[in-house]
Amino acid sequence: MKKIEAIVKPFKLEEVKEALAEIGIEGMTVTEVKGFGRQKGQTEIYRGSEYAVDFLPKIKIEIVLSDEKLDHAIEAITNTARTGKIGDGKIFVLLVEEVVRIRTGERGGAAV
Amino acid sequence: MKPIRRTTTWLGVLLLAVAIFSRLTAHAWGDDAPKPDPADTATGNASDVQDASGTHFVVTAPADLGADDAKDPQKAKTYAEAKKAYDEYLAQMKAEPLAVKLADGVGHNRVAINFMWTLVTGFLVMFMQAGFALVETGLCRAKNAAHTMSMNLLIYPLGMLGFYVCGFAFMFGGLGPIATMGGYGGLNHEFTINLFGKPFGLCGLTGFFLKGSSYDASVFALFLFQMVFMDTTATIPTGACAERWKFSSFCLYGAFVGSVMYPFFGNWVWGGGWLAMLGQNFGLGHGHVDFAGSSVVHMTGGVIGLIWAWLLGPRYGKFNKDGSVNPMPAHNVVFAILGTFILAFGWFGFNPGSTLAGTDLRIAVVATNTMLASATGAMSSCLYMWWFKTKKPDPTMMCNGMLAGLVAITAPCAFVGSGGACIIGLVAGILVVESVFFWDKRGIDDPVGAISVHGVNGAWGCLSIGLFADGTYGDGWNGVAGTVKGLFYGGGISQFWAELIGVTTNFVVIGLTTAIVFKIVSLLSGGTQRPEEAIEIEGVDIPEMGVHGYHGFVMDKEVETPHPRGYPSAANSKSAVSAH
Repeated sequence: MKKIEAIVKPFKLEEVKEALAEIGIEGMTVTEVKGFGRQKGQTEIYRGSEYAVDFLPKIKIEIVLSDEKLDHAIEAITNTARTGKIGDGKIFVLLVEEVVRIRTGERGGAAV
Repeated sequence: MKPIRRTTTWLGVLLLAVAIFSRLTAHAWGDDAPKPDPADTATGNASDVQDASGTHFVVTAPADLGADDAKDPQKAKTYAEAKKAYDEYLAQMKAEPLAVKLADGVGHNRVAINFMWTLVTGFLVMFMQAGFALVETGLCRAKNAAHTMSMNLLIYPLGMLGFYVCGFAFMFGGLGPIATMGGYGGLNHEFTINLFGKPFGLCGLTGFFLKGSSYDASVFALFLFQMVFMDTTATIPTGACAERWKFSSFCLYGAFVGSVMYPFFGNWVWGGGWLAMLGQNFGLGHGHVDFAGSSVVHMTGGVIGLIWAWLLGPRYGKFNKDGSVNPMPAHNVVFAILGTFILAFGWFGFNPGSTLAGTDLRIAVVATNTMLASATGAMSSCLYMWWFKTKKPDPTMMCNGMLAGLVAITAPCAFVGSGGACIIGLVAGILVVESVFFWDKRGIDDPVGAISVHGVNGAWGCLSIGLFADGTYGDGWNGVAGTVKGLFYGGGISQFWAELIGVTTNFVVIGLTTAIVFKIVSLLSGGTQRPEEAIEIEGVDIPEMGVHGYHGFVMDKEVETPHPRGYPSAANSKSAVSAH
């Protein structure tokens, strides 16, 4: 079982969600985050004085899935979230030790 | 005893002293004290009836000619004409007694229109308190919203009560008859000194607690109207000093502003004091003219804001060591613009209401001039920023520009034409932008631009009378015959000098008074009026007010709080803030 943490641009969330649904992934956790990579921030100006906005808003999508679906999911996210411009985001893959469904108590693959 | 308890005790003692003093002076000074009319059983009669050109229905008997004057052929002729008119009037009275009774009713209605006008426009100006609250809070940060709003809420009662206790008396105690509202003359003692052989009115001495001879319907209407103007002044420094002012210190400021900081200059311009008399006494135009309060209200507020913000010190993180500015953007532009419209609406009470007469139809010109100046002010600020400064139409500057236009037209609104009003607003819009940059460069932190909108443009508004007054209104203003005329309309430079003297006096006197009161408030606040730095960084809502402005909202306080750069270490950031 693997966990994907994908950082994407906020307006791409809907597209990514639909692409994942098409390959059978129907659960995810989404958080609003801010950050930067090599994109850096930008300079804004307020009443004549400049200030730097270092952190840009992004969306973090967390999905736990079985190993068979991993490559499909990475491909789906990458294809839909890409704009070709700097700041598109990153995908991190982590190992998951255990998954439990709270309602039924199922463990392992059946709980994913 | 804790500082606040000690302060309250002293204030209580002071209040008691003023109450005793006012009880002793409850009756109008002088032997034939006019009779107050608290229930309006007698206000308004035939003597109040006038036609459009101001000719009175009731003809008064001419004063008896002395033996010397009777020898002067011109004076004798005038006396004869006046006596003839009076005799004719007496004959008509006898012939048509019903007309005389009707005239009493007409006079009452005329006075009633003026009462209505004064009160309703006063209610509009009261609504401006909401506008100020929204503009200030919108332009400040979310973590301080409850504190900023609360200052704007509480300044209303604090200022009002100070004005009620003694501010109104100091300002209008020597006003004389309130002509548009029945002519009651109970405010009849002005403390005057003699300088250069001329009378210099300094302050009024009737009207404390609105008791005794001040318990008259027209005095109450005047009080309400003037009180909401005073509160406009009072609320301006809350913007200039926002986000780093202890609420207890603000309350002490509130106690002083309506009672002693505002009324004296106000008396000198509106209460019959010496600035108004510069025309009668020294031939300087019509004296310092200020129709609705560019200097009395707005410049006073702006100067208090300037001195207080300067002495209080900038917000933590606003300035770096090299003097460069770390902006703290407005948390709610929606509030700021809504508040600006509320203020612009309230200004329809502020300016036209200052005729104190719905029967003075110049109110139409006043209101239109007010509107036009607000428009050119907003446009010129917008375009100035967009085309010449930051290349973007900054909404906060548009707000400041509209308000600057309104402040600037406040003094000249009754005396200029539409062209003059447009130009005055246009200049105000550019002036306010440059002024904001100016104070930033000088290390004075004004979160909302209050000093630039009210102080700088209040001065400009008064000076513009000396330039743009076109001579179509103001005959007899401050006791000087003829209409008010500025330099560009053939009035010469004397009106401009009178305005300049008034503006300079405001800056010097209000500035000094503010510095003194600041020191007193600092002493009573246990040495400093600022909250601790850690509290200021966290946000003053919970520590000072005990309540979040936005309970349950997740706030990004890191984004809201720049840290000052260029100082040796974070621990040394105290040097970023000058505490007095």
